[in-house]
Order: sequence, then C-alpha cells, then structure tokens
Amino acid sequence: MLSINCPWCGARDETEFHYGSQAHVAYPENPETLSDEAWAHYIFFRDNPKGWFQERWVHTAGCRRWFNVWRNTVSHQFGPSYKPFTPAPARP
Amino acid sequence: MSGPLTRRRTAELPEHPDFLWRKPQLKKSYDVIIIGAGGHGLATAYYLAKNFGITNVAVLEKGWLAGGNMARNTTIIRSNYLWDESAGIYEHSLKLWENLEEEVGYEMFFSQRGVMTLAHSVGDVRGKQRNFYANKVNSIDTEWLTPEEAKKVAPILNISDTIRYPIMGATYQARGGIAKHDWVAWGYAKAADDMGVDLIQGCEVTGIKVDNGKVQGVETNLGFIAANKVALAAAGHTSTLTQMAGFRVPLQSRTLQALVSELLEQVLDTVIMSGAVHVYVSQAHKGELVMGAGTDAFNSYTQRGGVHVIEHQLAAACELFPIFSRAHLLRTWGGVVDIAPDASPILGLTPVENLYINSGWGTGGFKATPGSGWVYADTIANNAPHALAKNYSLKRFTTGHLIDEHGAAGVAH
Ligand SMILES: Cc1cc2nc3c(=O)[nH]c(=O)nc-3n(C[C@H](O)[C@H](O)[C@H](O)COP(=O)(O)OP(=O)(O)OC[C@H]3O[C@@H](n4cnc5c(N)ncnc54)[C@H](O)[C@@H]3O)c2cc1C
Ligand SMILES: [Zn+2]
Repeated sequence: MLSINCPWCGARDETEFHYGSQAHVAYPENPETLSDEAWAHYIFFRDNPKGWFQERWVHTAGCRRWFNVWRNTVSHQFGPSYKPFTPAPARP
Repeated sequence: MSGPLTRRRTAELPEHPDFLWRKPQLKKSYDVIIIGAGGHGLATAYYLAKNFGITNVAVLEKGWLAGGNMARNTTIIRSNYLWDESAGIYEHSLKLWENLEEEVGYEMFFSQRGVMTLAHSVGDVRGKQRNFYANKVNSIDTEWLTPEEAKKVAPILNISDTIRYPIMGATYQARGGIAKHDWVAWGYAKAADDMGVDLIQGCEVTGIKVDNGKVQGVETNLGFIAANKVALAAAGHTSTLTQMAGFRVPLQSRTLQALVSELLEQVLDTVIMSGAVHVYVSQAHKGELVMGAGTDAFNSYTQRGGVHVIEHQLAAACELFPIFSRAHLLRTWGGVVDIAPDASPILGLTPVENLYINSGWGTGGFKATPGSGWVYADTIANNAPHALAKNYSLKRFTTGHLIDEHGAAGVAH
C-alpha cells in the first residue's frame, strides 16, 4: 500500500484516497469552438508515462480535498505533493 | 485430448521451452515487425503466415517470450459480452479456441468447463439479465441460473441470503472455460516458427522511425531494423511506443493482480466470477485455486500491486466459498494492463501509415488471443480494418461511438 502525502494532513494510507489521474488538464478555453478531435483529447486522452508523472488525488477519508503530486510509475517513489492553484514544483 | 498433438519433452517443463523454436539470426529488414511476443503478437504472427503466407516476419520481445501479461493472467475464456462489436470478436475467438489445439498441433489444456457470473443486488440482476438477453440476440450460448441452480453447478457456493452480498442469480456460459496460458503461447510460437517467422527475444524497441508519415522500421538495443509494416502488440507498454511514433492513445496502464493457492483436491469444476465483489476463481488442472484480484487505482508499470487489493478479494472469496478459508495463499503477482476509457480494445490503423495498433485489451484479453490475432493479421495484410475491427478504431473516441463494456469487462475478465 502506498503512503501518500496529503499537503494538508500529511502522510496517510492509500486507502484513504481516490485517484484523479493526470494533473493540470485545463478545461478548454473556448469550448464552443472546439473540434470533435480536440474534445476527444480533452475528455479521453491522458498521458501515461513510464516514469515521473504529475497526478491528482483526493483525500476522500480525510480532509476531502484535491491535490497534485509527482509520482514515479516505475518505482512508486513520490516527489512533492502540492496544493491546487500553486505552481508545480520541478520534476524530482 | 487425442490427435496428433505435440507432447514433446514435457518432463522438462516448467523450463522455458526455447527448444520449440529456432534461435534465428536477426535480419536487416522484414515485411512485418510485430512488437511484443505476448499471446496477441504470437497469434498475429501465426495468422499472418497461415492465412496470408506472409512469413518474412519478426516478433521482437524485450524480455522473454510470453513473459508479460500472457504469463500472468487467470486464463478465463468466454464470449458473453454486452455489445454487438464485442460479441463479434470474442465469439469469433471462442470458435477458434474450440479447434485450436488440433489446428496448431499443440496441447493447450483448453477446457470448456463453463463460466458463471454472479449477481448480488437488484441492479446487478437487471444488468446481468440485460447482458443475458443481448447474448441470446447475438446467438451466444447463455443461461440464467437461480441461486439454487447455481449451487447445483458449484456445490461449494454459499447461497445463503444472510451474507453481505447474497447471490441473487447468475448467468452461465457453458462454452466458456480456461486454457493453459503458457502452452497457448508456446503452441503459437512453435507453429509460427515452423512457418519461418523469426522470434527474437531480448530485443527492446527504443524508437520507431517515421518518414513523411510512413513507418520505416524500429530502433532496438540490437540496432535498427527496417520494416515495411510495424504492428504494436505491447499491451501495457503501448503508450510508450505510440509516443515514440508521435501520437497519443487513450490508454492508462494499471497493475492487475492474481494469486494461487497450494494444490488442493478438486472442489470446483467451473469458473466463477463476480464483478460486484471482485472474485474470479477457477481450479487449475493440477489443483491450485487461481484467483484474480482487482486493479490498483493508479497508473503503474511496476508489475507490483497493493496487498489491500488482495485482501479485499480474499475476504469476498471466503464469504462466497467458506471452504476456501482453509486454503493457503501460495503466490501473488501483477501485470501491467492497458485500459481504454470504454474498457474495449483499440485495434486497427493509426495516424502513421503502415503502423498498426492492437491494444486496450486490459484485464480481459487472454480469451481474445486467437480472435485478436486473426483479425489483426487480416488488418495488417490488407492495410484496412477487418470487418470485426471496424468499430474498434482510434476514431471512436472522436465520433463518440464508444463500446462501453465496463459492466462486462472493466473489472471482470
Ligand atoms: C493478473 C491478470 C489476470 C488476467 N486475467 C485474465 C483472464 O482471466 N482472462 C482474460 O481473457 N484476460 C486476462 N488478463 C488480460 C490478459 O492477460 C491480457 O489482455 C493479454 O495477455 C494481453 O495481450 P498479450 O498476451 O499480447 O500481452 P503481453 O503478454 O503483456 O505481451 C506484450 C509484450 O510486449 C512486450 N513489449 C513491451 N514493450 C516492448 C518494447 N518496447 N519492445 C519489445 N517488446 C516489448 C512485453 O515485454 C510483453 O511480453 C489478465 C491480466 C492480468 C495481468
Ligand atoms: Zn488531507
């Protein structure tokens, strides 16, 4: 089980969290002009890197807040967690 | 099984039977390069040679032959999916399974012992009955069982209505079953090799060369290999390869785990699945209980999963099968599965000319091995999607024509 660092509550067991997939996927700025292809990418396509990944988690069984974190998908090593709307720290 | 099946040197198993195929000299170029020697890559090579006479083919494998998900799955085979597209390709596959050992000439322990899928709530019953009627419409064999009828098929099942998730009914596909995954891979490998296909182990693709929108070949740890056509069959690693070729795919790679008990007397002669409580179990020919657990929630290429996922699955298994509480857990392991947003495969052409994709089989592609290989080989040979693959193209994420098999495939096998 992962030990995940919530930026508000500190390190907690993975089972307290839910996963939110890739971080920093912004809602399209001009949705009314978006092509079907661009919609497809916004809705269905997410990065899936082998290595460092910026992803979202929500602390469901704790403070219930969303946050972002760097995590390595090959080693399960964590980099820094950070709150939404704060600048992303550099890749570890 | 009777017939002219190869039972060569079985005493040497479970050694990896490299003696079944040549150790070929890598050529500078091929008509077709297949990336990944899992079940799908090997079956594709076999059908390219068998159905189209295309034998100047290499299957490149970064590890050892069929050491990926092919070596790690719980081997459940069935075709009772919900949608017409799925019925088409999975039933085609099941029909191929029914004659595969004879055709390939290699024993695979294919056993049509039936697959039972349990329903545990009113909503679950409605969903499974919808599936049951959809299967009837598609002429796929299916039965609806009451809890009492389910217990007749599997007497060790706990059908008490006082358990946390009581059994309220089940579908049953009598033609479903299991096979021995390694032997399936080895059978296809040997037959493809016999027809001249080069199986190259320890060859990792590190780059895909594209010129003017057309594929030229692949960079590997053994150097550049030119190819007229390149076919991806890399399961959980598909996204890493499409990235090399310069386009994205809507796949996420997750860990899926499985486990086995020690060898026990035979207590279960069918396959039982429950998506609702995450239990999939069969008893292998030697006697071990083979069970599938859930997927971890997050992306991972580690082939290692969380223990709490196993714990969750075992708790449900012990309630459904009280007799299992005495069994010992012998081994657990994980594989990297490639999951698409609608839990259906992506099979067909790509934005790069002469580069083909076969992926997204996720948690349930073992059963599809023959059908997928057949359809993929046809798609590669004709440079056009096979009729059964038409709706599985990457384009469906733009058109919105998804094939939502979450109910049938997302968590179950
Ligand atoms: C625990 C578990 C249980 C499962 N249970 C079932 C089940 O009961 N029923 C069912 O139908 N399905 C099941 N599945 C799913 C099934 O195993 C997969 O869908 C199927 O095996 C995928 O196709 P494959 O065999 O070709 O994949 P793999 O065997 O994973 O083959 C892909 C190959 O590509 C190679 N590769 C990757 N990248 C590169 C590269 N860059 N260069 C060269 N080679 C590369 C890999 O090393 C690998 O050998 C299960 C999977 C898991 C993990
Ligand atoms: Zn918190």
